[in-house]
Amino acid sequence: MKPLLLKEFTSSSCIGKGVAATLQSLLAQRSGLSRCDFESVDIETHIGAVAGVDDVRLPHDLHQFECRNNRLAELALQQDGFFEGVQKAAERWGRRRVGVFLGTSTAGILQTELAYRARDPVSGALPPGFEYGSTHNSFSVADYVRRRCRLAGPAVAVSCACASSAKVFGSARRMIESGVIDAALVGGVDSLCLTTLYGFHALQLTSPAPCRPFDVARDGLSIGEAAAFALLERPSEESDRRSLLLLGIGESSDAYHMSAPHPEGLGARRAMQAALAAAALEPTDIDYINLHGTGTPSNDRSESQAVTSVFGPTTPCSSTKGATGHTLGAAGALEAVISALAIQHGLMPGGVHTSTVDPMLTAHYIKSNRRAPVARVLSNSFGFGGTNCSLIFGRAA
Amino acid sequence: MKLSAYINGIGVLGPGLANWSETAAVLSGRQAYRPAAAVLPVPLILAAAERRRTGRVVKLALAVAWEATSQAGVEPAALASVFSSSGGDGHNCHELCQALSHPAREISPTRFANSVHNAAAGYWSIATGATAESNVLCAFDASFNAGLLEALTQVVVDGESVLLVAYDSEYPQPLHAVRPIPDAFGVAMVLAPQRRASSMARLDVALSDAGHELMPDPALEALRAAIPAARSLPLLRLLARREAGCAILEYLDVARLDARIEPCA
Repeated sequence: MKPLLLKEFTSSSCIGKGVAATLQSLLAQRSGLSRCDFESVDIETHIGAVAGVDDVRLPHDLHQFECRNNRLAELALQQDGFFEGVQKAAERWGRRRVGVFLGTSTAGILQTELAYRARDPVSGALPPGFEYGSTHNSFSVADYVRRRCRLAGPAVAVSCACASSAKVFGSARRMIESGVIDAALVGGVDSLCLTTLYGFHALQLTSPAPCRPFDVARDGLSIGEAAAFALLERPSEESDRRSLLLLGIGESSDAYHMSAPHPEGLGARRAMQAALAAAALEPTDIDYINLHGTGTPSNDRSESQAVTSVFGPTTPCSSTKGATGHTLGAAGALEAVISALAIQHGLMPGGVHTSTVDPMLTAHYIKSNRRAPVARVLSNSFGFGGTNCSLIFGRAA
Repeated sequence: MKLSAYINGIGVLGPGLANWSETAAVLSGRQAYRPAAAVLPVPLILAAAERRRTGRVVKLALAVAWEATSQAGVEPAALASVFSSSGGDGHNCHELCQALSHPAREISPTRFANSVHNAAAGYWSIATGATAESNVLCAFDASFNAGLLEALTQVVVDGESVLLVAYDSEYPQPLHAVRPIPDAFGVAMVLAPQRRASSMARLDVALSDAGHELMPDPALEALRAAIPAARSLPLLRLLARREAGCAILEYLDVARLDARIEPCA
């Protein structure tokens, strides 16, 4: 594929609002997970909550979009000069030539969960003022962001469970390469809600403790929330050797099971191989792998097999979900930003909370930070329904 | 910028429209449109265990996807796919929200796994063994057009044949009152970079500022306006009439899609 320039990027999660705070947490191997105190949730688990989300107010003319998910989007848009960067792109290329591609799994469904508790006792109707389209519907976050940024290009939400905001890079690439647009605002936004907390709990996939990816005693995931964005453009002559590029994307389907990964990680393997082929790279060209690494026994087992089958047992890899939690539909974009930081700062972030790496997992899992030049990173995102996406980022040179 | 592909197969299912041949008879004027509740077939391509778990929206998506791939004469496993839906499985969503509003908050693990927007795509890949990339989109009322754009860019940029499936079904009350989709409507197309013996037409799509067009028949216009996937009807009408022509499809507030059809004789 033709590489794409990461012109701007930002992320906000429980380890930091904006890239400077995120980098500081990664350098300190600090986790943002804490005991679950979200809303009225009564589950013994840990969550990665972003502080102050509900203090954010949306502009008055977009008040119908008020919900935790869009507030988190707004909070993140205002970090790192991202909003201003998007405005510059819109002025340069024209507002119709900038598209919006955002991943989410549950968007603002929390609004509907709360509304169901406030139904009219006689008619069963939802409370007055409840807005479905601009909060609950998966498109709401893409619709909010395009209106907020006054963009008039194609806009869409990608909702492929936990691979959503990795796959947005694929949609944006095709749209840019076909010439429909010149720039793409991509990213992912997912916020805490009851559906995912109780849902993963019902599947017995939440850990009571902070999640421990690749640990011998790992017993499930910790749910987090995040918003992460990037602005993609074609590389120009101005882009220099230090510019960050999206070099490869690989996508595949397991065709195996709705909520369990393929036991040998066949789909994951195909996605990684496809990303390498798209980037015209060999496995040895990858310096660090940011794993999907949820901390569930089955995900980590199948991902480790897949990674080892492609890269062998020596490429350093880790999951940053011990720090951020699993931010579901935002995970792909959040970990894309972490991959970019890894390259910019020569940092392979060690996996937090993992004490003894499972000896059955043969991938080279690192628990401590490593400072070394990082030229290229592969980042994995997998989701329910057997959907897989691997991204490769690197320097221009 | 124009995006082009050949339409090699098509599947339709909606209220009073059982399949593409019936839909084509109605849209070409050979048969009157008689609205009636959509009848969704049991997805026999799924194993019994999975079949029991699927709701209306998955049945709908699999039915039109199967019709389109059968008509195109292609092996479904070989196709990349784009699934696009405004709301996914409304009944499943209602049951989850209902359960979460009760103090016990006991929700079914199967319902949770089925709540992902990509459930239909997941079941399709399991049923057919399709391991290629599959993307799943939502653009509220513009979901069909967003899916069409995504599928066409895949055909044009990657030179792949792509199965596009756009499908919507209703929410039960109380969500129905705030999202009044009346019934199920789905459309699927096999889009390919090269013309084949089975090609029905060449499709050229571009963004447009023109006003979108309505269906001449009031009952069909009501259907077009009521269900997001039925925004495909003006395009389907051109295909049914086997005429060269153009349809302006309702997309976002800021743009429409100009879709041109050139039938393959």
